[in-house]
Amino acid sequence: MRMEHWLYEIPLRVRSLFRRTRVEQELDEELQYHLERKTEEYIARGLTPEQAHKAAVRAMDGLTQCKEECRESRGVTLIENAVHDIRYGLRVLAQSPGFTAVAILTLALGIGANAVVFGILNGLILHPLNVPRSESLYSIERPGAFGEYQSYPDYVDLRDRNRSFEGLIAYSISEVGLDTGNNPVRAWLYDVSTNYFDELGLQPYLGRFFHAYDEHGPNSAPYIVLTHAYWHSHFQDDRGVVGRVVTLNKHPFTIVGVAPPEFRGTLLFFIPDFFVPLVNRTQVEAADSLGGRGERWIFTVLGHLKPGIAPAQAVADLNSIGSYLEQNYPKDESQMTFTLARPGFSGDTVGRPIREFVTGLMLLAGLILLAACANLGSLFAARAADRGREVALRLALGASRNRILRTLFTEAILISLMGGAVGLWFSVVLLGRLNAWQPVARFPMHVPVNPDANVYIVALALAVVSGILFGIVPVRQVLRTDPYQIVKSGSRSSGGTGRRITVRDLLLVVQVAICAVLVMSSLVAVRGLARSLASPFGFEPRNAMLVQAYLMMAGYSDDNAPAIQKRILEAVQSIPGVSSAALVDNPPLVEGWNPDMVFSDQAADLRPKYAAATAIRYKISPEYLHTAGTNMLTGRNFTPHDDKDAPRVAVVNREFARQVFGSVTEAAGRYFKMRDGTAIQVVGIAEDGKYTTNIAEAPQAAMFLPILQWPTIETWLVVRSDRDPQALAPAIRGRLHDVDAGLPVFLETWKKGMDGALFTSRVATVSLGVLGAIGAMLSITGIFGMAAYSVSKRMRELGIRMALGAQRIEVLQAGLGRALKLLVLGSAAGLGLGILASRVLAGIVYQATPRDPLILAGAVLAMLLLGLLATWIPAQRALSLDPVILLREE
Amino acid sequence: MSRPSDLVQGTLDLLLLKILALEPLNGWAVSQRLKQVSGDVLQVSDGSLYPALHKLEQQGWIAAEWKASENNRRAKFYSLTRLGRRQLEKEAANWTRLSDAITQVVRLEEA
Repeated sequence: MRMEHWLYEIPLRVRSLFRRTRVEQELDEELQYHLERKTEEYIARGLTPEQAHKAAVRAMDGLTQCKEECRESRGVTLIENAVHDIRYGLRVLAQSPGFTAVAILTLALGIGANAVVFGILNGLILHPLNVPRSESLYSIERPGAFGEYQSYPDYVDLRDRNRSFEGLIAYSISEVGLDTGNNPVRAWLYDVSTNYFDELGLQPYLGRFFHAYDEHGPNSAPYIVLTHAYWHSHFQDDRGVVGRVVTLNKHPFTIVGVAPPEFRGTLLFFIPDFFVPLVNRTQVEAADSLGGRGERWIFTVLGHLKPGIAPAQAVADLNSIGSYLEQNYPKDESQMTFTLARPGFSGDTVGRPIREFVTGLMLLAGLILLAACANLGSLFAARAADRGREVALRLALGASRNRILRTLFTEAILISLMGGAVGLWFSVVLLGRLNAWQPVARFPMHVPVNPDANVYIVALALAVVSGILFGIVPVRQVLRTDPYQIVKSGSRSSGGTGRRITVRDLLLVVQVAICAVLVMSSLVAVRGLARSLASPFGFEPRNAMLVQAYLMMAGYSDDNAPAIQKRILEAVQSIPGVSSAALVDNPPLVEGWNPDMVFSDQAADLRPKYAAATAIRYKISPEYLHTAGTNMLTGRNFTPHDDKDAPRVAVVNREFARQVFGSVTEAAGRYFKMRDGTAIQVVGIAEDGKYTTNIAEAPQAAMFLPILQWPTIETWLVVRSDRDPQALAPAIRGRLHDVDAGLPVFLETWKKGMDGALFTSRVATVSLGVLGAIGAMLSITGIFGMAAYSVSKRMRELGIRMALGAQRIEVLQAGLGRALKLLVLGSAAGLGLGILASRVLAGIVYQATPRDPLILAGAVLAMLLLGLLATWIPAQRALSLDPVILLREE
Repeated sequence: MSRPSDLVQGTLDLLLLKILALEPLNGWAVSQRLKQVSGDVLQVSDGSLYPALHKLEQQGWIAAEWKASENNRRAKFYSLTRLGRRQLEKEAANWTRLSDAITQVVRLEEA
């Protein structure tokens, strides 16, 4: 459009908009003038003045209609009508506050659920890492359970030999004692390769980062880069912190810089306090070197793919390095094939289920919104039917059908926007909470899901789309309205709704079906969690306290650890109320696990591929099995005499016995070999249990070794009491303080310690449970709306039936039979769908199968109860009808 | 909705522009003039005349002014703007082209 054109148009439009009365007046005057002239003309032709006037109006196709068309052609009508429609819509909505509230609430639930799930999707999957060009960032993974772990020499080879990555960085996670002058405090860090920040393309917020040229062999780079959050919380934003020397596990380190605020590390859930070069690992970890080829301790290796390199090419490149490594280091390397994974989670082993779960949730949330739309659609259709007369009247008075549809749409959009706003507000609050939430006390674990513009846009779009979706339902109805018929007969023309299947019926069935799927999945989740909690852990977490003593942080070493461990154990055992206490290097289901390859006694070749099993290894004091509540099946427990000078012995679990020896009976007394060739005799066999941080794990081989034969600095105490173990905490702290005042300890109940292990199934259960509850609520409002509507429509008929002596049951049947039939139909369809979708559900939740008869029965029962509940009030209304009053009224 | 059924879409604009190009007129006079010049062939109902005029005004092709009418009453007179004159030339040229083409087709001799 040309400028000149606008010069004419804009002032006119503005004038029409703001000086509406004037413009209207002019329009009126103009047409009036025309009518007068026309009337004069007709009179001149011999008509009476009245006839002439009528004829003149008719020639104009109606004065009002003509005016409306003029307004429309002025173009302002769009805006003006919108303002009108909004005012009118608000007035209509305000007239039926109940309907409005239910509609807004329904939509708020639907949109809120979607915004929350999308917020999570957005935070975890769409924008996982806050680093530049994160889309070309991949981590390297090997197939197998611990595939994301790499050894340091392998990392160096991968880094230097590959031709596909711009560079490769490595990091691991450690817990250290940070001493800034007082006693050490626990802190979490990433041990990172010195090229970490450079390859990620980050700039320091303060000071500098360390770089590849800073490292010159082991322990050559004692530098710390703080995260912005830790600098803020522990150094009070002190800009003078750069250059300050602090100690980590008693080793001096220099703080060189602070990372930018938006960078929270390269593992989504796990935000470190600071970063330290990997080459200084021996100072922060219980390790005496960077480790050999077989020691796979590096948590993740990742890097940017070079531009133009496809992931498949990179994999081929890595695999050729892998076969080179296998050929040159056959003793340590096997299965050196690689895959690429999206970074952010520890490889795809963890990432894929999370992504699948969140995607599944998004799907369910979408279903909820669909159900809400179906619900609102039928409500709107019912309202439109009720307003048939109003619509007819407006049509007769000269409103165009378009205009009426626009009014209805405006109402729908108004409701959807209000519902969307409420839903969004609710989701922002919830996401904020989720963002600040620290689900597991001992880890700096976070769910980084702060709502951003994307979330707002999606919520708004969803609101508008769903408004259109449920606003469209009554369109056909309005288009078919015949004003003449309706105004004449005084009732809706459609007359007998009869046995025909209406859109409303279909919507209700769809909605009930969706809700049945939701209810079913939440039942599946709840039952799965109940089962996983009821399944035996292989130890008794109740009434037990876990005490982690950080010997490393207090400056102890492997050599003097046994002595201090003995003193700690004795100090705790002597506390009144402690029924038993024991040492373990790492208790099950709390913080990681240590897998070791074991070989049969006859094995001469101790290469990885000849391993008889991979067993999770625990180093324990003799009291451990008893204190933890792990039952012995056969054989003997350890004694204090199983020490350094005695023959090497082990207690293994049933699964270990099965995998290595064939059965429990064959295992007793037999020998197996460790990786280094040490032969160990099995003296006892214990029950199976859960060991990793995944409650849903398959049975795993495990072995228990005497801590005196395999000294370690990793020190945990299990303290069992017959009282509330929490009450012992002050006494335990006191005694340990007496042993060594500079020893950091961390106390929590074993149950609390398992939060991390139970985290995923809890989250799954809670989210599915909430979605199920929302689904149930939607189906209640949907069925209720339908039943109430059908009763109120047939009040008069029911009254007549009762007057003619119909039984209560017949009245109920007449009033509610249809609603119940639809309910049953919908539930059946939903349950069928639920079973079909079983694989999705079973993949999400532990030990869950929707074919479980209990769940099926529960879902059927739940749907029936929901139906009863929803039809109860309309049923009461139908039964309490007084035919006399009813008939008199009509 | 009343649309002139026997008028080719868009030609009403052309007619109105042309009529107003001769002299400024009010709506009533426009309708009279239409009837007069086309010898009652082109029937434009009053119901579609005014919306069309308003649309032309909105587009800046004609401008309105309140003046005394031929019988000394206040009436809204429309006149062509500069923009409208350009538009008229364009539409007239278009029309000539189109009608020539159609005439050619209609005059084809049947074999």
